[in-house]
Amino acid sequence: MHLTDDELVLHYYGELETSAARRAGDHLAECRTCRTSFATLQRVLAAVEAAPAADVAEGFERTVWARLQPELPLRRSGWMDMLRLSPSRLAWAAGIVILLAATFVAGRLSQRGPVPQTVENAAPDSGLRERVLLADLGSHLDRSQMMLVELVSAGSAADLDLPAERARAERLAYDNRLYRQTALANGNQALAAVLDDLEQVLVDVAASPDQLSPADLVDVRRRIENKGLLLKVRVLSSEVQQRQKQDIRVRAGQSS
Amino acid sequence: MPQTDAAAVALARDGDSEAFRALVERHSRAVYRLAHRMTGSPQDAEDVVQETFLKAYKQLSRFESRANFGTWLHRIAVNCSIDLIRSRPHRESGHDASDLDQFSAGDADRPAQASPERLMLSAEVQERVTAAMSSLSRMERAAFVLRHFEGQSIEEISRMLGLKTNATKHSVFRAVKKMRVALDPLVSSDDVADTRNARA
Repeated sequence: MHLTDDELVLHYYGELETSAARRAGDHLAECRTCRTSFATLQRVLAAVEAAPAADVAEGFERTVWARLQPELPLRRSGWMDMLRLSPSRLAWAAGIVILLAATFVAGRLSQRGPVPQTVENAAPDSGLRERVLLADLGSHLDRSQMMLVELVSAGSAADLDLPAERARAERLAYDNRLYRQTALANGNQALAAVLDDLEQVLVDVAASPDQLSPADLVDVRRRIENKGLLLKVRVLSSEVQQRQKQDIRVRAGQSS
Repeated sequence: MPQTDAAAVALARDGDSEAFRALVERHSRAVYRLAHRMTGSPQDAEDVVQETFLKAYKQLSRFESRANFGTWLHRIAVNCSIDLIRSRPHRESGHDASDLDQFSAGDADRPAQASPERLMLSAEVQERVTAAMSSLSRMERAAFVLRHFEGQSIEEISRMLGLKTNATKHSVFRAVKKMRVALDPLVSSDDVADTRNARA
């Protein structure tokens, strides 16, 4: 008695019950006819598997996004919610905006106190130097923000590439120190305070052991969250971007 | 652009649409291919992609950050494909297996194939697989794709498609039969005809 086609299919997919699967296996070991038929089934289904997936047109992702974006419901961002709900945070953010504007618009960063060396070398005049400073600070804040997000969102220490994270934190801490010193030298205490908080986290990550325990990770996260560090860095980063855009518009107006 | 899916999800949850766009750009092709395999239609596949990302966006807060975003999205895409298949008028059988007889014509003269590896790469095999997949009814296709490509059990597929276990089994059997009709002549060794006669 040979195995039926349907039994062979069920056997292929492992859908036979244990005893039936054993019987089918025993039969296949003894019956050349069924064994050949089963081998053919295996080849057919392997060929199906090897068939290529559907072609996707060039630029498909852009088309998807163009269709999708208008359909996305408005999402109130977490940190914007916090700003809306907390007058003290609103005041803090406003203070940062004013301080940044005062610092950058007046060009005070470029006139007093130490400036990160790379910026000094790259900026032959104060306008250009201010733009480079803005770009550098914006980039620094974005990179720092990304790192904080990864630390906060990592499921466990195993999700992090610790040697790479340590090296990244070390570079960010070095840059951060220069920006903090510059802010202090210009009397920008609020900016220096945020950068100080950020630096402590960066230094801790840079100095973390090879094996970060779950408790260590929780501790780092707690410090990021307790200080509202992610929010503060985001607001700073956003303000720097606004300032850059404004600067571009001003220069575009001047050149036209 | 955030470097990892986890970072992008965290930003997207906070309303960063560019972060969500990064996720769309990374995963939309894979979702389309899955949806196309499940539905067999480019238009339906595009609708499934749209629906999948909309659902994902709305459910971002439920996504566990320790899970894999791609896997999570894949599950949503499978469910969206099934919803679409079930929403369409039910057509129990697609083309009959006899529609595939055209493939058998002339096969008798075909020389025995040299190696399975060569066959796998042959354009003709691919063409036949595509044609055979197109010959499946919606339910046969869904059941077969879920069993063969997605590795779901018959029981799970029955639940997902809302079919009785036997109906699911027979959908898979019919689909495999159509694949065999289309591909047997290409993959069979010389003694298969004798074998088939012996089993008949």
